[in-house]
Amino acid sequence: MIRHFTLDGKKIPFREGQTIMEAAQDAGIYIPHLCYNPEFVPHGSCRVCTVKANGRIVASCTTPATEEMQVENETEELQGNRRELLQMLFVEGNHVCPGCEKSGACQLQAVAYYTGMLAPEFTYFYPMRTVDSSHPDVAIDYNRCILCELCVRASRDEDGKNIFSIDGRGINTHLTVNSASGKLGDTDFDVHDKAAQVCPVGAILPKHEGYNIPIGQRLYDRKPISVVGDVADHQEE
Amino acid sequence: MSAQTATELSDLLLKQWNRDPANLLQILIALQRDLNHIPNEAIRYLASELSLPQSVVEGVIGFYTFLHRQPRGHYDLLFSDNITDQMQGSRDRAQQLATALNVDLGATSEDLGLSLGYTSCIGMPDQGPAALINGKTLTRLSKERMDQIADLIKQQTPVDQWPEEFFTVEDNIRRRDILLDTVLDKGAALTSYLSQGPDKLLDEIERSGLRGRGGAGFKTALKWRFCREAKGEDPVVVCNADEGEPGTFKDRVLLQSYADRLIEGMTLCAAIIGASQGFIYLRGEYRYLLEPLQQELQKRRDSGLLGSTIQGHASLDFDIEIHLGAGAYICGEESALIESLEGKRGIPRIRPPFPVTQGYLGRPTVVNNVETFIAAAMIADNGADWFRSRGTSESTGTKLLSISGDCARPGIYEYPFGTSIQTILDDCDATNTQAVQVAGPAGMTLPASEFNRVIAFDDVPTGGSFMVFDHSRNMLEAVQNFADFFVHESCGFCTPCRVGTSLLKKRLEKVIAGHATGMDLEKMIEIGHLMKTSSHCGLGTTAANPILDTIEKFPLLYDERLKTTSFEPAFDLNKALDEAREITGRTDPGAYVEGGGV
Ligand SMILES: Cc1cc2nc3c(=O)[nH]c(=O)nc-3n(C[C@H](O)[C@H](O)[C@H](O)COP(=O)(O)O)c2cc1C
Ligand code: SF4
Ligand code: SF4
Repeated sequence: MIRHFTLDGKKIPFREGQTIMEAAQDAGIYIPHLCYNPEFVPHGSCRVCTVKANGRIVASCTTPATEEMQVENETEELQGNRRELLQMLFVEGNHVCPGCEKSGACQLQAVAYYTGMLAPEFTYFYPMRTVDSSHPDVAIDYNRCILCELCVRASRDEDGKNIFSIDGRGINTHLTVNSASGKLGDTDFDVHDKAAQVCPVGAILPKHEGYNIPIGQRLYDRKPISVVGDVADHQEE
Repeated sequence: MSAQTATELSDLLLKQWNRDPANLLQILIALQRDLNHIPNEAIRYLASELSLPQSVVEGVIGFYTFLHRQPRGHYDLLFSDNITDQMQGSRDRAQQLATALNVDLGATSEDLGLSLGYTSCIGMPDQGPAALINGKTLTRLSKERMDQIADLIKQQTPVDQWPEEFFTVEDNIRRRDILLDTVLDKGAALTSYLSQGPDKLLDEIERSGLRGRGGAGFKTALKWRFCREAKGEDPVVVCNADEGEPGTFKDRVLLQSYADRLIEGMTLCAAIIGASQGFIYLRGEYRYLLEPLQQELQKRRDSGLLGSTIQGHASLDFDIEIHLGAGAYICGEESALIESLEGKRGIPRIRPPFPVTQGYLGRPTVVNNVETFIAAAMIADNGADWFRSRGTSESTGTKLLSISGDCARPGIYEYPFGTSIQTILDDCDATNTQAVQVAGPAGMTLPASEFNRVIAFDDVPTGGSFMVFDHSRNMLEAVQNFADFFVHESCGFCTPCRVGTSLLKKRLEKVIAGHATGMDLEKMIEIGHLMKTSSHCGLGTTAANPILDTIEKFPLLYDERLKTTSFEPAFDLNKALDEAREITGRTDPGAYVEGGGV
């Protein structure tokens, strides 16, 4: 028996055990998100995918759909929440979009466009973070990491390498690399690893190429993220 | 310390803890204790022996406040920094010691081997100012005592030779009701279980209306029933003795003086849900209770009330292990607690699945507060009617309150649910009261106009913290203390809480500095609302409460400090140019700006 819930007034079918996000994606409906990637266990940390389900605000990527559930997604209230969450991510790190190789193909930027976030209204944190270019083929710019842990999950669950970890607590939480030096160059990380393909922002970037596609013609320059989807699905372009 | 020793010690600890990665945190705590830090050799060795990535071991160390990769002094002194400690002069005492020993607060002095700093509430606000020295609790730190401590450190006297009275922790029980006043004979609850059987006893607990005493107020019988009926094998009983809510210390008193009842309650739960393994997760700040608790467990084993064949019944086989925390308030949240029990960073889990179906190592797990287990044991012995003789229909029984702050008689008060704030204030001799903070920083700030409200799940719910502020206090200092607490204790997992706590702290500082405008208050409310609705766990959803509550109920606190303009930059652009003007020697009008900044 196929069961249904309602999303912004539309009837959406779902299978037992599916989350709101999974069922919505199957039905071709876009719910903004950053830390969610259908290939990995849901994380629920960015909170950008929060929706209102039966009046309660929940993360759609971790909340199972239930029969008759009433879900709101594209309301002004929720988009407002999302804009605020995105602003938080922008001010927490150092995101200098005009100088970033990922600009135009960055999910943080694209979701910001989509929800209508213009400029952060919060004070910038300007944290001191580093760039690791020790690896021959891949660089990590920690300034842009939004702690989505997709690289952590991909390296652990798909590559079986456990190259990335999380250290610290609270506002000092940060991404680390599993080697004695803490440098990516001292690991067996490979540019073809899954973990090299999943970063939604410009924190993990392949070397030896830059601006192959001119700014203005990139993924999200051409079509909104609600149409083209995650950048991870377009890594080969 | 040589690499040899760190590795040898790690090896010893690995043996003691069965080479089980779930015991990693316990091994790290022991290493920290013996070596004043966790050296890289030990990290490498543990990682390879436990088949964990080295960065994962480092990530665990990085999560807990009491674990360090750089050596701490062999005197490691942390002053409890809750607002109630500060009201008792804790910051002056810390400064007194720093000055006497010529050490900077927050730093480690090589020659004295002394590290000096602050830590979140250590659960002694009824006998503060208090501190931890090498994990041991120091109470009642008067000026004289501080001078003595300075001398002891100067003379390099080992801590175990310091006067015993420095470490005395009083119970300070001021009011007893049915829970503390009724005698429970050893084993009585288990005898009741053996005569009634699990179903009848669960019905009785259900009829008593007992709800969790840790804060959330979930029905205890229902939780135990869910766990009993869960599909998974080998259920687990966990006592939440993390008591991290600032201002709360009732579990401390129960653990210190009623431990036998706690063990009885846990054993009762184990019998009902069919568990053979139990844990007490004891907050690191209560390290001084570890040995006494272990002795209590041993006494129960010796009298056939714990271990295999309890009271001669082969089917009753249950034992309890104590796990220590290491300075992380979030580990009081039950799913973060379970992660921590498994030796990991204390990040709250995604729910569902709930602990009752998949908890510790995926097994069905009951997590209850200390007071809840004790109440359950007492109900098993005395019946539901005895319990229902106190309280209201929705909030049955009594509640232990930890009262501190501006009152003549701080301590533990047991009250029937339904008791008014005013009655409590009268009993503890609080006068000229401006506000009461109930249920800790995450709870409610109540002004005098609300002192007729009552302690109950459906009015003023509380895990037990009750902090009193009289009119001599600046409530914004309390609000700031709470905001700092949440910045320090946010686990960092989700965006709204990780970033929001810091944003609120900054805006509040702007208010206190007199630079804020009405727009800043609006932003604070907006951020607070986002945190309340969108955070992953209860820490983030409540962390803005002190700010939201005081903006609403104590508007003058804010209004008095606001600039009248609608926008005021976070920094003064003109002032920021001072240095440039000095360097260039410019004094012409063009070198000055008016307004500007963000
Ligand atoms: C941030 C946070 C901290 C908590 N700290 C504690 C605590 O120190 N002790 C406690 O018993 N419950 C604490 N809780 C509540 C627990 O998650 C859980 O509800 C409780 O242990 C269940 O036991 P009970 O039903 O007996 O109250 C905390 C919850 C949150 C969200
Ligand atoms: S590096 Fe990229 S993928 Fe990894 S946690 Fe940071 S933002 Fe996510
Ligand atoms: S709300 Fe705070 S404590 Fe809870 S998961 Fe999010 S960051 Fe961690």
